[in-house]
Amino acid sequence: MKHTLAVLVENKSGVLARVAVLFSRRGYNIDSLAVGVTEDPTISRMTIVVRGDDHVLEQVTKQLNKLIDVIKVTDISSDESVERELALIKVTADANTRSEIIQIVDIFRARIIDVAAKSMTIEVTGDEEKIVGIEQLLSSFGIKEMVRTGKVALTRGIKSV
Amino acid sequence: MTGATEKMTGARAFIECLSKEGVEVIFGYPGGVLLPIYDELYDADVRHILVRHEQAAAHAADGYARATGKTGVCLATSGPGATNLVTGIATAYMDSVPMVAFTGQVPGSMIGNDAFQEADITGITLPITKHNYLVPEAVELPRIIKEAFHIASTGRQGPVLVDMPKDVTTDELDFSYPEKVELRGYKPTFNGNLLQVKKAAQEISRSTCPVIYAGGGVISSDASSELLAFAEKIMAPVTTTLTGIGAFPGNHLLSLGMLGMHGTKYANYAIQESDLLITIGARFDDRVTGKIESFAPNARVMHIDIDPAEISKNVHVDIPIVGDAKEVLASLTKHVMKCKSENWIKKVGEWKVKYPLHYVNSDEFIKPQYIIEQIHEACEDAIIVTDVGQHQMWAAQYFSFKEPRMFITSGGLGTMGYGFPAAIGAKVGRPDKVVFDIAGDGSFQMNSQELATVVENDIPVIVAVFNNGYLGMVRQWQELFYEHRYSHTCISGSVDFVKLAEAYGALGLRAARPPEVRPVIDEAIASGRPTVIDFIVEREENVSPMVPAGAAINEILDLERKS
Repeated sequence: MKHTLAVLVENKSGVLARVAVLFSRRGYNIDSLAVGVTEDPTISRMTIVVRGDDHVLEQVTKQLNKLIDVIKVTDISSDESVERELALIKVTADANTRSEIIQIVDIFRARIIDVAAKSMTIEVTGDEEKIVGIEQLLSSFGIKEMVRTGKVALTRGIKSV
Repeated sequence: MTGATEKMTGARAFIECLSKEGVEVIFGYPGGVLLPIYDELYDADVRHILVRHEQAAAHAADGYARATGKTGVCLATSGPGATNLVTGIATAYMDSVPMVAFTGQVPGSMIGNDAFQEADITGITLPITKHNYLVPEAVELPRIIKEAFHIASTGRQGPVLVDMPKDVTTDELDFSYPEKVELRGYKPTFNGNLLQVKKAAQEISRSTCPVIYAGGGVISSDASSELLAFAEKIMAPVTTTLTGIGAFPGNHLLSLGMLGMHGTKYANYAIQESDLLITIGARFDDRVTGKIESFAPNARVMHIDIDPAEISKNVHVDIPIVGDAKEVLASLTKHVMKCKSENWIKKVGEWKVKYPLHYVNSDEFIKPQYIIEQIHEACEDAIIVTDVGQHQMWAAQYFSFKEPRMFITSGGLGTMGYGFPAAIGAKVGRPDKVVFDIAGDGSFQMNSQELATVVENDIPVIVAVFNNGYLGMVRQWQELFYEHRYSHTCISGSVDFVKLAEAYGALGLRAARPPEVRPVIDEAIASGRPTVIDFIVEREENVSPMVPAGAAINEILDLERKS
């Protein structure tokens, strides 16, 4: 079972290391982790996707809360939330394949952000299934390089974590 | 911030902060990057005790903290000085002991360059501190020290490390000490939820076979008198963990002594047959639970703890109450009624008579249990500090403690070498008490260099070395589970402990026969000097009873040796 945790932390150096050490020390598995500053420049927000049953999730949440630099931990996987990942995919492309790739990009509402004689780079945003979907379709052209962010997520509606 | 400020160096500010925190004593060892701080210590009011190895500074700060309830402070230089503190910090972390460890660090401009005596001590201690700091600028020092003491001493207590680059100690700042701490990510729950307390009270009134399982948290929160009132009101027997020893009077009718691997049979039997386990400030350690699936199989589990992360960590908890033990127990006692436990108390009482702790004494050889009993008889209000191993278990079993903070031992980490320096800390904190370090010949040799510290500073600790020429606990396991193959556990060719003591200027005594035991104990106490007693004990005595690793705690064996 995957859970998405929104973790508000002090925006200072070393906090990421504290979280990473906690996860490795206690044997929790991180599927993805994304971190960036929030509307309040003294607070960063981590979105951590963690794998485990309810017992593991409860322990992860409590152990995170014990870190002095962690301000708040919220499990937003059960809530109505919007979730996005971003990927940049560089595929082999020449005159023969370019138009077919463009069609795929259009269908996925992705964007082409770089074109060269023998390659194209595509930016795609969406949930995990969408990224996996376009990756699979593009793989037949030959993916040269790919980079993905971790998931970021917000709850729907006016409510905030 | 207070109004008036004064310009001073970081080193001077460090001393001012300690004074504002009411620190009486620091255990430390100087080094290159600490020169500015040691120069200030030269004429500061705070007492500094120079140890002979930084590990001893950390253990002494820990022993001081456990004996007094105050926060222990140690200080070491960068690099090896800092890494030598690590075992002591980990020991304090596992047993939730309030401590602030200060380390020197290379100047900020050199951090990360592999400078001379540089070690990433904040990185190294991340998983063994409650929190740690690398001080970025001198101006931050007062706030950080204020926070460090606050974090170490509140909530679930624990060690905090403050790493101070040399330039932070030489730069100037406008000093003012903050009056309060503002940490939005740190707000320990102190008061128990009243609804949960009432629910717990109802649950208790329905129980017919309750057992209270009390741990070190009761001592940390100074809740012994609340525990006594609670236990007497509901009439439930009380067993304590190793670190909980003294939380409940050992000679009380309701006391079951210690539970677990080397606990009493009756404590373990009571746990296994209880219908309600009232856990207070304990954490279901594997040495307590044995085979966890078989632990307290018929019991509903109640757990009072200040650390929410302990709830349902190892054992599923039915009724959790997060809060400070002292506060929760007081509130619970108000709401609770007596259990219908008459038959249960009777049954447990019968077990106590039928399965007492026992050993076969000898006229020829000194039995280690006999020494513990003799120390108890000679000085029952002594503080007993131990190292780790067989002697530690015998001390836990055979010395009856009536009060908290009288038994000081490394429970969670099981640190050999802890006892002697921790005894130094305990004696410094409680100079009015006789302090014994119960040690093995293996453990004592891990920090025996501190004899120099006790002699130099006239700290009259009595080290009772239980000398069996073995690393006894490991030997016991080799005997039982490895066909008597005593691989590297025989250390009989060690040292003459009497001469060792004398070489340092301490008093060295020896007892080789049972009639000599009591006289040397009395002589050591009367001497008022740092003393080492070499007790030549029965070599292959085993700690009994014992729950083999992986067994349920009622599968407890007698291992007494009939010699």
